[in-house]
Amino acid sequence: MTTEAARAWRPPPRIASAGVRRAAWVIAAAYALFAAWTIDVDGARIAEGAARAADFFGGWLRPDFVTRWTDIRAGLVESIAMTLVATAAGFVLSVPFGLGAARNLAPAPIYAGCRGALAVFRAFHEVLVAILFVAMFGFGGFAGVMTLVVATVGFLGKLLAEAVEEIDPAPLEALTAAGATWASRITFGVLPQVMPRILGLTLYRLDINFRESAIIGLVGAGGIGATLITAFARYEFESVSAILILIISMLFVAELLSSRLRRRLL
Amino acid sequence: MAEHAKGSGLEWVWLTPAHRRGRAVALLVAAVCLSWGWSHIAARTTWGFVLDAGVQLQDMGLRMFPPDSTYLVQLARPLVDTLHIATLGTGLGVLIAIPLAFLAARTTTPSRRILRPVALLVLVTSRSVNSIIWALILVVLVGPGLLAGILAIALRSVGFVGKLVYEAIEEAPALPVTALHTTGAGRAHALAFGLVPHVLPVMAGVSVYRWEINIREATILGIVGAGGLGMALQSSIDALAWSRVSVILGVILATVVVAEWVSARVRLRLA
Repeated sequence: MTTEAARAWRPPPRIASAGVRRAAWVIAAAYALFAAWTIDVDGARIAEGAARAADFFGGWLRPDFVTRWTDIRAGLVESIAMTLVATAAGFVLSVPFGLGAARNLAPAPIYAGCRGALAVFRAFHEVLVAILFVAMFGFGGFAGVMTLVVATVGFLGKLLAEAVEEIDPAPLEALTAAGATWASRITFGVLPQVMPRILGLTLYRLDINFRESAIIGLVGAGGIGATLITAFARYEFESVSAILILIISMLFVAELLSSRLRRRLL
Repeated sequence: MAEHAKGSGLEWVWLTPAHRRGRAVALLVAAVCLSWGWSHIAARTTWGFVLDAGVQLQDMGLRMFPPDSTYLVQLARPLVDTLHIATLGTGLGVLIAIPLAFLAARTTTPSRRILRPVALLVLVTSRSVNSIIWALILVVLVGPGLLAGILAIALRSVGFVGKLVYEAIEEAPALPVTALHTTGAGRAHALAFGLVPHVLPVMAGVSVYRWEINIREATILGIVGAGGLGMALQSSIDALAWSRVSVILGVILATVVVAEWVSARVRLRLA
């Protein structure tokens, strides 16, 4: 009997209340039914797509770097330029926003304003911001740079604010006690504690911005995305594949470089 | 004070000379990259349009207001579709990511020479291609609509969830698994009771976090035809119905903020 009991042992359930457990299953099942009812899958269209899939993956296996090389190179160079400018500008602008959004430094109204602004910057996907900026600034890289700047400030500003909120207050208090000005309190009391982390995140953001520069071109904001969408529209899957391979391999190299740089920073 | 310091030969400096040289080199490299990048962009910019931006913004603002509130009713379906794309896409992505994570983790992979590199390559590829590009590809393959969106979100999520989960598996303590092995537990049991309880909270947290990101991504997938709010947005922009565009942007903002709040609450409970 004891052996039987031992065999029947089960780990305690993660959700202690049986009622909640049952309710979770019911909700999950109801959602699955609801979802299955809403999504109509068109079998005929998928069968049709299967033929194109062969075409597409055939193109994927025969990447063509040559035919559109001038366009691809121009797109990549513009993407790199956009990434560099936007990351640097975003980093510089994120410092005031980040300091303003730190509860331990900023007075309440400034805190609320900066937090709100950062939330709005992050709420809209880059592509939506790009649509707006293309309408404002016209087609091309400039609208792309502005888009990436907004996204970068939203990202770095929030993380900088969180880092500032977690600093050790002792150096800051010592500086205040010694009568330091606000600027030198920030320079010597706050920034040395957060900069290594923020520089690491900026490198990471460089990576993200390059990735994003490949998609905001879809709505006219320049870079390799513009080349990509053109190749797609013309069903030139060999060129599409070449562009995607280039993006992936550049990101791979960038990841290796930035992880090495980050290790030196920390 | 400064004179005294000079006299004693021990002047306090903020940075050592090597530090300062390093900083100067880094700044120089950054400045060269920047000025090249900026001149490249500036040369290709039509400055007339840029200087005109304020007028354009004002113009757009005037056309967006007042928002066409009657349109809100018609947005219910695209909104539900967007939530479906994010939720089902995340679910599917997590289902694919978990076995891949076990294959990719150094501590659990059955073969380090073959399966681990393959799993890592799959994860890297999935992460390198943005979900909107996956959607572009999938719209060609399965036709426009929800399914393309769900698959696009799933394919992008695999890399994200897979990477974070396999890192969690590698960081999990080895002792519980060893202990179970010594009591005679098989490999499957040892992992299920020694490792999974450590990894499960990470898995859940990462999935919820990815769901939050996916809500944001799902709002735009419709621009390339993969269903949801983006589709409504694209058609409103094409029709120059700016009073509808402002309604859609408002709905997107509300959805993203609510999703972020839900995700933060859930992750707080999980932690």
